[in-house]
Order: sequence, then C-alpha cells, then structure tokens
Amino acid sequence: MSEPIIKCESVYKIFGENAKKMLDDSNGNVDAKTFQENGCIVGVNNASFEVSKGEMLVVMGLSGSGKSTLLRCISRLTDATGGKIFIEGQDLLQLNNKELINLRRNKMGMVFQSFALLPHKTVVENIAFPLQIKGIKTEDSISKAMDMVKLVGLDGRENYFPRELSGGQQQRVGIARSLAVEPDIWFLDEPFSALDPLIRKEMQDEFLRLQEKLQKTIMFITHDFDEALKLADRIAIMKDGIIEQLDTPANIVLNPATEYVRKFTEEVPREKVLLIEDVMDTSTKDNLGDLKVLKDEIIENVAEKILTQEKSVTVVDSNNKVVGSINPTKIINTVFGGRKNNN
Amino acid sequence: MELIKKYPKLFQWLFLLIVFFALCFAIDVPETYKFIRGQAEFVKDPNQSSYIFLGKEVRYYAFDVFWRLPPLLGWLPIWINDSLFFLMNEWMPMEFWNEDTQEFKTRPLLLQISRNLTSFMTFLIELIREILLGGLETIVAFTSWDWIDKNPWAELPGLPWTIVAAGAAILSYKLSGKGLALFAGLTMIYISIFGQWKPSMQTLSFILVAAPLSFIFGLGLGIAAFKSKRVEKALYPILLVMQTMPQYAVLVPALVLFGVGDHAAVIITMVVAVPPMILLTILGLRAIPPEVIEAGRMSGCNNWQLMLKVLIPTARRDILIGVNQVIMVCFSMAVISAFIGAKGLGFNLLLALNQLNIGLALEAGLCISLIAILLDKMSLAWANKQTDYFGNLTFLQRNKNILFFASTVAIGIILAYVGTFLFKDTFNYLFEVPHNKGLSTADFWNKGVDWIFDTFFVYIKAFNTWLIQDVLQPMRALYLRMPAIATLVLVVGSGYLIGGVRSALVVCALTLFIALSPWWDRALVTAYMATFGVVISCIIGFTVGTLCFQNKHSTSFMLGVCDIFQTFPSFVYLIPVMMLFGITDTSVLIAVIVYATIPATRYTIEGLRSVPTGLHDAATMSGVNKFQRLTKIEFPLAFPHMMLGLNQTIVFALFMVIIGAFIGTEDLGQYILKALSDKNGAGIGLTLGICVAFIGLIFDNLIRTWVGQRKKHLGID
Repeated sequence: MSEPIIKCESVYKIFGENAKKMLDDSNGNVDAKTFQENGCIVGVNNASFEVSKGEMLVVMGLSGSGKSTLLRCISRLTDATGGKIFIEGQDLLQLNNKELINLRRNKMGMVFQSFALLPHKTVVENIAFPLQIKGIKTEDSISKAMDMVKLVGLDGRENYFPRELSGGQQQRVGIARSLAVEPDIWFLDEPFSALDPLIRKEMQDEFLRLQEKLQKTIMFITHDFDEALKLADRIAIMKDGIIEQLDTPANIVLNPATEYVRKFTEEVPREKVLLIEDVMDTSTKDNLGDLKVLKDEIIENVAEKILTQEKSVTVVDSNNKVVGSINPTKIINTVFGGRKNNN
Repeated sequence: MELIKKYPKLFQWLFLLIVFFALCFAIDVPETYKFIRGQAEFVKDPNQSSYIFLGKEVRYYAFDVFWRLPPLLGWLPIWINDSLFFLMNEWMPMEFWNEDTQEFKTRPLLLQISRNLTSFMTFLIELIREILLGGLETIVAFTSWDWIDKNPWAELPGLPWTIVAAGAAILSYKLSGKGLALFAGLTMIYISIFGQWKPSMQTLSFILVAAPLSFIFGLGLGIAAFKSKRVEKALYPILLVMQTMPQYAVLVPALVLFGVGDHAAVIITMVVAVPPMILLTILGLRAIPPEVIEAGRMSGCNNWQLMLKVLIPTARRDILIGVNQVIMVCFSMAVISAFIGAKGLGFNLLLALNQLNIGLALEAGLCISLIAILLDKMSLAWANKQTDYFGNLTFLQRNKNILFFASTVAIGIILAYVGTFLFKDTFNYLFEVPHNKGLSTADFWNKGVDWIFDTFFVYIKAFNTWLIQDVLQPMRALYLRMPAIATLVLVVGSGYLIGGVRSALVVCALTLFIALSPWWDRALVTAYMATFGVVISCIIGFTVGTLCFQNKHSTSFMLGVCDIFQTFPSFVYLIPVMMLFGITDTSVLIAVIVYATIPATRYTIEGLRSVPTGLHDAATMSGVNKFQRLTKIEFPLAFPHMMLGLNQTIVFALFMVIIGAFIGTEDLGQYILKALSDKNGAGIGLTLGICVAFIGLIFDNLIRTWVGQRKKHLGID
C-alpha cells in the first residue's frame, strides 16, 4: 500500500487559555475531568489514524464527541493543540498561510451540515465560487460549474438562489461546490443530518454513486450509525474526544471493542450489514452441498437460499474459486442469536 | 404581608414613588427661584455666586442643594473651548511647505490637518458640482488662476439638465427596471421644471461625497471592531453617545475645527452618519453562521477574499440597512448643515421657513425628500443586482445602456445648443432652468395656508390655546417643580429596581452630569416636551400598529409608509406644522409626535410579527378569540420588541425637540442654536449635546436592561 493520504499522529485539540501548557505538562495523559477543572475543554484526545487513497473513513459519534473538531483540525480550520497531521506526506501544521490556501484551493473540498451556501449568489455562482477564488476566468469557471450542476442533477435550477431550494437541493449545491476544484480529499461534515429521512436515503445513494465514479479520499462525519455502516470502508467511533474503535463496519458489528460501541451495534440488523465473507468458515472446504454463494454477498440477499440447504454451502470468490463454507445454523446464529455475549 | 410577598416588585415601585412624591412636597420652591430666560448666565448680577476652577470663573444662582445642584461642571464648556482653541492654534507647531508662496511656513499640526482635509473635501464636492453645473474651480485646482486667465476656454461646461435626468433614468433602469426609471425621470424633471435645479444639484454633490465616504469609513471601522475586541471596546461608548447626540450639537465644534461651508458639512455628516453604519456592520458580521466562514476558508479564500466575497455580502442585509441610515442622515444633515453655510436645498428651505414662506419651503422640502427616496431605492437595487452569465448577447445588447446614454448626451447637447437660439433673450431652459424662474406652486400653497388660517383660525387658535394653557403649561410647571434630589432618587431608584446596582450607578452618573451642568432647568423643559411627544406617539403608534397588524395588506402598507416617512429629512416635518400652527410650542410638539410615531408604529408591527406562528396555532387550538389572542399571547411576547420601539421613539422625539429650537423653544436645543452664533460656542454646544445624549442614554440603559431580562425570562432571542 502506498503512502496514506491523511495521517494523524496523536492529535489533540484542547480549548481554553492555557491549553498548550497543560497539554505539555500532561505528558500525553490527558484526562478530560482534570482539564475541565482548570477551565479547559478537551475536544480531541490522542487521535491517531491513517486514511489511504480512495478510502472512505466515517467518523461516528454523538454530539459533543469531538468528531467535527477532529475534522476541523485536519482541514486546519482550527489549529490542533498537539500532535502531527500529514496530508500526502506534507506536515499540515508547518504550512504557512499561503501554502495552506494553496492546499485548500487544489486538494481539499468540504461539505457542511447547514450547507453554508453564500446567500447572495445563485446556484451556479456558489459552485463557481472556489474556482473564481483561485483566479479562474469567469467564463471558464461558470462552464465548469455548469458541469457540476449536471453532475449533481440540478440542471435547470442554476439561476436559483439558495433560499429558493429545498434542503436536499441546497446540499447538492454544497456537494457540487466542494467538488468543483476536483479535490483529492473530500471532507463531509454531517452532510445529510439536516435532511428528511427519505431525502437522506436518496442522497446517500447518490453519494455512493458519485464516490464510485470519483474515488476520492473521504472523511465523512456523522452521528447516524446506520449511515456510517452503509457508507464506510472503515468507521471510527468517537466518544469524549477519544476514538473508541476504528475498524471495518463488519468488525465493529461483530467485535465491538468497548461497551459504548456495543450499545450502537445491538440494534443493527446484521444480515443487512455483514457479508458472507465476514461469517464464513475458511477452514472447512470439503463435504459441501451443491449451492454456491459469492463471498461478497450481503447475508440478507442469500439467507433464504442458504436456509433451505441441509449441508454447508460453498462460498466462492468472483473467480469461482472456493474460499470457504457456511453452515445454515451459522446464518441463524448471526441473525438472531448471541447478541448479548457476542465476544 | 402576603400581597407584598406575591408582588415584591410592585411594592418596591410603590415605595419609590412614595419617596419621590414625599421629597417633592417636602422641599419647597425657594423664593428667589425663577426660570431663567435668555442667556442670563452671562449677565453679571450681584445675586450670583461664583467659584473658580482651573482658572475659569463660573457664575451661577445658588439654591438649596436639594432644590437645584450647583453647576459644578460649569467650567467644562469653557475648558473645552480653550482646549479646542489651544489645539487648533498653538499645539505642535510644525514646518509645512506652502505651495502658493513656495516656502516653509510654521503652522500648528491640527490646523494644518484641518486645512488639508478641508481642501480635499472642497475639491471632491466642487468636482461633482461642476460636472453637474459647470464651473472653474476643478481646473484651477490642477493648474492655477493665472492659467485660467490665459485660457478663457478652460471651464467645465456642466451638463444640461436633460442629460442628467436621462442619465438618472437609464441608471435606474439598469439597476432595477422600468418603475424606478420612471420615478427617477419624473423626479429630475420635476426638480428642473420647478426651478430647483441648481440647489438640488448642489445638495446632490454634497450627498454624493458625504454618503460614500460615510459608508466606507463606517464599514471599515465596523470590520475593524469585528476583528478586534479592543477596537470595539474603544468605539462602543463613543457610538452610544453619538447615537443619541442631536445633530445640531455637532455643528458647533465643527465650525471651530473646519470653518464654514460645504466641506465642514461633509465632515460633520460623516461624524453623524458613521456610527450607525459601524453598529450595523458589526451586527451583520456577527450574525454570519460560522459554517459559512468555514466554507469560505475551505474554498481557499485569503483574508481579503474572505472579507470582500464572503463576509460582507453575507452580512448584506444589515449593511444595507446601514446604507439606508447613512443616506437618511446625509439628507437630514444636508438641511441642518445649512446653518454652517452649506449651499443647496437646505439653505433655501431654512430661508423660506425663516420668511414663513410655506409654499417655497414645501417645494424645497419635496425636492429633498424625492432625491432622498430616489437615492435610497437606487442603492438598494444596486446591492440586490445580479449578473446573467448565460444570456448570449450581442455587442449591441450588452452595451445598450451605455450606447443609449451616449446618444442622450448627444441629443442633450444638441438641444442645449438649439436652446441658445430659441431662448435668445431669456434663459436657456433646455440647459438649465434658473432658480425661481421655473414653475412654482408656492403661491398656491401660501394662499392655501392663508385660506386655512382664515377659515379655521378660530378653531386652530382655540385648540392651540387650550393645549398650551391647559396641558403644556401645567405639565411644564410640574416638571420644573421637581427638586433635583427627587428626580435623582426617582431615576436612580428605577435603575436599581430594573437592573440592580450596575444600572443604578450608570444612570446616576448620567443624571448627575446633567444636574451639575448649568442647564438643569433647560434639560427639564426638554424632558417635558419629549415626554409629551413620546406618550402621544406611543399611544398612536401602538394603536395604529396593532390595528394594521390585523390584516396582511395593511401591515405591509403601513411598513411601506413608515419607510417613506423615515426617508424624509427631519427638518421637512416642520413645514406643515408651521403651516397650521405658526411659531408655537404646539408646532414643535406636533412635529415631534409625527416624527416619533414612525418608530413606535414600526416596532409594534415588527414585534407582533415576530411572535412565532406555532404559538398562534397553539392559541387558536386552545380556543382563544382574536382579542384574547392579542392580549394573552401576542402582546406579552411582542412587548420586549415594542419596548425597543419606545427606545427609538424617545431618541426620535429628543432629536425633533432639539430641532424645534428653530421654531423657538426654551429648552436645551435653543441654547445649541444660540451657541452656533457664539464665538465661544463650541464647548457649550458640545456639552449641551452630551446632556441631550445622556437624557436619551438614561432611558436607553433602563429599557435595554429591562428588555434583556424580559427576553431571557420569555426565552426568546
């Protein structure tokens, strides 16, 4: 695997007057309570992770968990109090203002929860805004913005003002704006939280379609665990500024690292999240029935077929090579059983 | 006892009132006391006491300290005067290069700065004025008088009025559309035909300098205050005082610093117009959602781009209200600064009012109001304008406005040329209709006034006498009968009951300043007139506002009316009342009432409108009728906002009372007006202005504190 696009090493963000000094004194042992007694609030506490090219990392946490603060550290909308952040190998915190602006103009795009559109600009002007800031000629920027308008399916509304659009449409503009400069890194801060459930689902599907096509490196913030499961390559679950667990959706559902994470996973319909691959038995490859299933199938889609079998079912990969087997009882166990004592 | 526990506040207020009245009755009026008319303080009188402070002698009539406090601050105006004089004429002498005499000359620093500023402003005004009207000064500024003498052709010709009118219409069309274009055209034609062209263009050139400069300074300082807490803290008290300072009062110091003329008027206008602009800029910038700023940053804006392309446009709504205020203040100052020698419509208006020529005053006032409305609408349209990127336009279509304007310029010049032949023996009406040579309706209005006077004289007189004898005189006597100590107790007590110790201390300081100045009696007269005006205005405003709110159309109609009335310069209000009531206190008070009713009405409607619709529905579902809804839901919730309206009403009323000095009152305003013609008036004018500002600020503090608590209590923001 190549160099990670985003790399965080022990990132801290602490709000308050003496934050820097207190952090230095604590030797990396940050306790939120003692800090609070001294008038400091811990936003992000010792976050370390990497995001590789084309990967989507979803940061999940409830409000006040520090997920948005973490994102703002990485986009340097706020300066981290301690630790190191690398963007494509560049030390983000060492960049001067000009370099930072250059980085944002060419490499980063961001979508906001409240859309954050400029009220005095039309749809197309909003989308062209980052391009015009870069100094691209009005005509070129507008024609590029029009491509973006088409990409997010707002053709015909390019001359509307944000106030004339619905929430979903406004967020499409936000997405288009963040993509206008063709950034490599895409930050999304709860982009769908302010939308109705139906629209939200539609936008999630749309978002997946776009990502399929664009293959950006993504950090996606959400407070909705289902959304995280649906979208993520990997999920980081945050609580009180600490990353409780960072893993693939399947591993989080199957092996929650802490009690806090387990509470989220309890209600999750596993057959909709897990793949055959996640629950299959790789050791037994003999004495199998005739039915073959792909390892990438979601359990829900094949459960009915498997449950009609008496013997274990063969699991194959896309090249039709046998990689394991799965027993119908395993399916029943996964779907219905053993939630409380999963580990 | 239980009652006291149940309504503790009520009993505290009752107690305060009892103390107040007890004091009023306990302290007798001293036998020697009389209201001092005229400027008796400057007359030597053996009955006067005196003291010397900082080398200045202050004379005053001494009374029992409970009745009237001695003017311990009496030295302040004299001291301000001397300081100003010292700063201007003696402080920091420096060598400056003199262009005319080609040598260095020693001058005090401030005087030099003032002279440079003055010549810069004069140049700007003259430039615009001569583009519109023609003249020599601009060319002289670049060359010299000698050069002009040698080259007699070198003169800015001025634009024929036809071109200016067409230009205004085309610009309006480009900015907004047909409606505004029509309005602009008609306004200009009206101005020209009625022979107000020259003074109108003089006023316009003054405004076109003052308004943009005020806007730029206000915006700049507002941004500075937004960026730095320290700047804001330094600016805030000045802004507060300037907000309630009557415009008259600033004139006098300006006279000393910058002399007489249009340039001084521009500087003064900026002093008055910049504070509201600053406040609204800060307000607008504060209200920007943080995510919008982050979005701007993530789009790669540097600080400048962020400010110009994200922050300012997003805060546009409040900044536009600021522009509106700037324009309003500019027009109001355009009239008032006629007192310090500004040319234009204001001067004509004052002259006409002085001669009691109501018809002429009306015409000039109408011109000012029309131009004010026009500029206001144009600035609004300009800010709301958007570009069309997709129209595939030809060269002709894209530049049609410019081409059209070019052709009107050509036509205008030809017309003016033709005019020289047509009107060989008289004036060239196609170039400029000279002052007083146009149509005039003045006679009609004057006759109308005469007719009204002849016909209704008995009734008007009866009303006037009744009001003055039975209402105003007793009220005035009551106010003057208050011992200083009782007033102080009442004000400070109210401060304590509303806002605790902090508020009490603030209002105490403000009141003491006025009480210790030599003008306590005058301040009481100002207060009585303002009170009368405010009470009536509030009754009218709240009633009209509430009634209009019952219906959507009448609501927007009323708000529109308020908008237009607010655009009228304050002086204009004096015209119709003088028409009816002549030179009496009644005139002033009616002008005060009309002027102050605007904010009362507006805030009532806005307050009622701000009640959330969810609550309306909830109320309806609880089965309230219209009246119950009004009294139980809408009034309680809208009340804080309506109280802010009261605050504005007080400020407006005070302004108008002070302006009323022009008609002839006996309050602080009269002294300000007198200070204008006094050699040593600067200190007096400024101190008087601060006194008036402090009266406003006492109420401002009390009301704002109360509203803040009430809003917190109701959980609305």
